[in-house]
Formats: sequence, structure tokens, C-alpha cells
Amino acid sequence: MRCYLDHVATNPLDPQVFDAMLPYFKEEFGNPLSIYDLGIKARTAIENAREQVGKLINSKPSNIIFTSSGAEANNLALRGLAMAKQSTGKHVLVSKVEHHSILNSARVLEKSGFAVTYLPVDKYGVVDPDVVKSSITKETILVSITHASSEIGSIEPIKEISKITKQKKILLHTDAVATCGNIPVDVNDLDVDALSIAAHQFYGPKGAGALYVREGVRIVPLIYGGIQEGGRRAGTENVPAIVGMGKAAEIAMQRMSDRIAHCQRLRDRIIESILKIPNVYLTGHPENRLPHHASFVVEFIEGEAMLLMLAMKGIYAASGSACSSRALKSSPVLLSLGVQTALAQGSIVFTLGQGNTDAEIDYLLDEFPKVISRLREMSPFAKGWQQGS
Amino acid sequence: MKFVDNVKADVTADIVYMMCPMHLLKLDEMMKKIEKGQILEIMTDYDGALEDIPQWCEKTGNEFIGIHEDEDYFKFYVRKLV
Repeated sequence: MRCYLDHVATNPLDPQVFDAMLPYFKEEFGNPLSIYDLGIKARTAIENAREQVGKLINSKPSNIIFTSSGAEANNLALRGLAMAKQSTGKHVLVSKVEHHSILNSARVLEKSGFAVTYLPVDKYGVVDPDVVKSSITKETILVSITHASSEIGSIEPIKEISKITKQKKILLHTDAVATCGNIPVDVNDLDVDALSIAAHQFYGPKGAGALYVREGVRIVPLIYGGIQEGGRRAGTENVPAIVGMGKAAEIAMQRMSDRIAHCQRLRDRIIESILKIPNVYLTGHPENRLPHHASFVVEFIEGEAMLLMLAMKGIYAASGSACSSRALKSSPVLLSLGVQTALAQGSIVFTLGQGNTDAEIDYLLDEFPKVISRLREMSPFAKGWQQGS
Repeated sequence: MKFVDNVKADVTADIVYMMCPMHLLKLDEMMKKIEKGQILEIMTDYDGALEDIPQWCEKTGNEFIGIHEDEDYFKFYVRKLV
């Protein structure tokens, strides 16, 4: 059996999305800037996708800037908004549970003379709006807090934070890569100035992302060149990917409640069953979390070992963020929750999708305890525990 | 260059940080949208606009009213005549 439980890494492309994209790889290959009919068709397709993505987040189409990824959208937001506002101040707030595309962009800003405050989180990885408020100085120009961390699944209080930033006239960006297309995201309800999206998180293609930027908010581009995206992001557009993103957004709106109900039920089965295994703990918020997200730390063993053994059984999961996992580093997100370094090594994340079945979850829940037992038998750290000392 | 103060614009386009040729494209786009006699204000930090916008007005028969220097960008004022 193959059991794909790593939907925050990426999702399979929806067949309807693939069908929508196909003509733009083949006969409709025109450059959207060309003035003849081939170009007009490509341009019309992009504008249609802009409308579809806009609807998904309740935005005017003109406030959507297509990018190559969620990471590019995050880079553009953090660096572009900070650079545009630097004449009024050079202080930026981000949380400690941000994706690397935010944290590393923040570090680049620090090298360019900005001051960055990395906000702490509680044991569930949630930012306290009062801490945001007390961290704001006269120099603060931008706050960027993720809508939900893909590592721990906790949903952040963006609406509460936006009340503070609005009052202080500070820009607020949220990285909604993990949420957009999976749970309702409304830029007006959240009252954010900028919001990042990635298509492959909701059954769209890789290589397609977007940044919402509220009307009237200035941004310095990362990529200069042509007039694409109103001069805000140059480069000939990836038309098939943008078309796919639009279609995926349209489908996400139609199927969101079904997807949430389906994933949440399976997620709750996983959490309930896995927490019965001794010395396994849930990470992230127990209730206010992504409906398709179940994350744990398993004591005495390493996440990498669990991943490999699960993969041998055809079960695909994740251990922390892809970057931390590859670097064999403890996840900075888990450490920021107060998880001890040794325990943070035993991180495992299961994320569900519309294609997962109860039979797959049965299989996981049968195999995963065996994997833990086998690894604990081999683990020198587990010995004392097994002997009860 | 004509420097002006207190021009009351009917419509404003903010393209600060957008590079060439966005100033000309936005100018063209906005001029199509406004009525004859109305004044368009374009905010840009692109230096090339100092030459391009007056020239565009001359070429198209619209009135270049002048510019206002504001902090670190310019405000260009154009009246639609045709």
C-alpha cells in the first residue's frame, strides 16, 4: 500500500487542474505581452486566473501579484514592504515559528541595516497579540506572522494582531501558504496588508504562487525587467502554472468544506490513536490547528529514522520542515515551543489530503507503533526508559 | 522643468518603486480612464519620467502642468485635453 501523508510538502495535481493547464503548454503558448491573438489568449487566461485567486481570498484581482512560489511571495513581502517603508523606520517583527523564506529574508534585512525582533510563542506555537503590541517601537514598519505553521499546524491570531497593527499604522503580512485553499482565508476579514499563497498546497501546480498586496501599499520589486504584474514582478509569466493556480483556487472554493470535514475526521483518528503510544506528544495547538495536520514528537528516537522506516512500508510523512530535516538540525520551530533539543529530534508530521482513505489510516495506525517499537529497541536513549529507570 | 504647488488632481496613480516603462504605461492607462479637462497625478521615483512624461504630453496633445518634488519621489500633473 502507498500512503501519502505529506500534503504540506506538496499535493498531487488535481486532474481538472492538469486539463486546464494543458492547452497552455501546447497550442496556446503565446507570450502574454504579445499584441496578436496568441498573446491575447495567454493574457486573458492570466487575468482569469487572477480573478479566481482573488475570489479565493476575497480580494480584488488587481491586488494579486503572481510569483514563482510561496517562498518568492514571502521574500517579496518581507523585503519589498520593508524597503518601501524604510524612510519611516527600520524595525520589523516576525515570529519564531516562521518558514525559512521569512526568517532568512529577515536576516537579509538585518544585514541591510534593519532591526528585526523574533517574537516568542507559547507552548502551542501561538503568538500572543499582547507581545506583538509590546514589541512595537516608533521604528516598527512591518509585522509578519504566519497564518499557520506547516510544522506544527497551529493557527495564529492574525485578526487580533491586525487590530493592533492597524491602530499603529504598521503593515501586516501573513504567510498563508499552509492555510490558503485549505481553510477559509479572507484578506478583508483578517485585515492584512499582504498575504502569501502557494498553488501546490491546494492541488495546484508547483512553480505558482501569489502575493496579495492591499491597494495603496507600496512594494519594492525583487525582480526588475518588464512590465509583467504591473511592474511589480518582472519576467515572462509561467502561463500554464498560473492557469493551474486559478483553476485550483476555483475548485478549492467549491470543495473546501468537504475537504475539511474529510481530513479533520482522519486527522482526529490519527491523533487519538498515536497519543496512546507511550512517550509520544502532540505538537501545536490541540484544537485550533489545520484540519489536515497531525504532528508529534516521539521520545528516544529520531525523526529521520521513523521517516525511512515508514517509507519502506510505503508511508510518506515529514519530520519538521523539509529544510531542517535535510540539514539534520533540530527544528527551530519546535525549540521555540520549549521542546527539548533531544525530543525535537523525534519530530514526525502527518498531513492529510482529499485522496486519503480510512484504509490508509488503518494501515498507518497499524504500522507506526511497530516502527516506534523497533526503533526504540535499537535506541541507546530508550534503554533506561524501557528498563523503567 | 515647471515646478508647481497645490495642484488639485482628480485622479492619482501611485507607481513609486515601479521602473521604466511603467510610468508611461500607467499614464496611458489612466488618461484613457479620465474625462477631458480632468487632472491626473502620477507619483513616481523614476528619474526618467522627468523627460518622458513632458515628451509624452507634447506628442499626444495633452497638457503637462508640471511637477512637485515630494520627499523622495515626484508628483507629475497632466491635464487631459484630447
